[in-house]
Amino acid sequence: MISIEPKKLQHMVRDILSTQSIEIGCDTCYAQLDQFVELVLEGKDASVAMPLVSAHLDVCGACREEFEALLFALRSLSQQR
Amino acid sequence: MVSDRTNEAWLAALRGSPDPQAVTDLRDRLLRGLRYALKQHYSVTESDLEDFVQDALVRILDNVESFRGESMFTTWAQKIAIRAAFSELRRKRWANIRLQDLVPEGTENDDSAETSPFDWIASAEPTPEHHITQQSLRDVVAQVIRDELTDLQRQALVAVILHEMPIEEVARRMDTNRNALYKLLHDARQRLKLRLESQGVTVEDVLEDFGSE
Repeated sequence: MISIEPKKLQHMVRDILSTQSIEIGCDTCYAQLDQFVELVLEGKDASVAMPLVSAHLDVCGACREEFEALLFALRSLSQQR
Repeated sequence: MVSDRTNEAWLAALRGSPDPQAVTDLRDRLLRGLRYALKQHYSVTESDLEDFVQDALVRILDNVESFRGESMFTTWAQKIAIRAAFSELRRKRWANIRLQDLVPEGTENDDSAETSPFDWIASAEPTPEHHITQQSLRDVVAQVIRDELTDLQRQALVAVILHEMPIEEVARRMDTNRNALYKLLHDARQRLKLRLESQGVTVEDVLEDFGSE
């Protein structure tokens, strides 16, 4: 028997109910991630410009983890210069 | 010192027989980027970082013709280095975990069973102040997961969503790839969404029942 924390169940149900009929997969998200992260770095509303990438990052933990790491790396590099 | 090359200059320097100075500059930049991205939150050594960058450089040089110029070349390259690093970190972290370890026995559809195979969801401890509504939602979720999903979808959903196993690690164990598994999970979420909506469950209910974050 395993225990599911209330928050985890909440996230799962929320993710399920947020499902859209059209979503992009990990490959398409990855192909566009460099454009998406540059929009974020420029202070633009990337979720409006690239809503399908944004929606994928909301749902896919692995892609979101990579996006956040990429954003942090690029921000740090630009601040260092 | 990293030079401020244009995309065209990077491509010219890295196509064919790569310019050693350009490779060195790119390696330095990727290494610094990975150091920033990973050192704080992940257990990595300098040697690990150098291995990730070496792996990334091979991928970048092999695929330089596929760069479409829709971002800065260095952004595209750093993206590849991040992917190379996370692929290896995840592979190592989850190396000894089997899917069977994550999904309880008897999770196949079996209406004749005395107890639901998804009692393990429904039986989790709710927080006391929301006992009734949380418990009923757990029952509904357990029921629709049992009724609506194939064994493969159920196994993937439990591993990825409930156990937060990286999607590529689940895909590797299912002899598929990350993209195909995402599509399988998307189909599963669509089926579950229809069933939950038909039972009147809304996002507002979920936030209300559990307390918004």
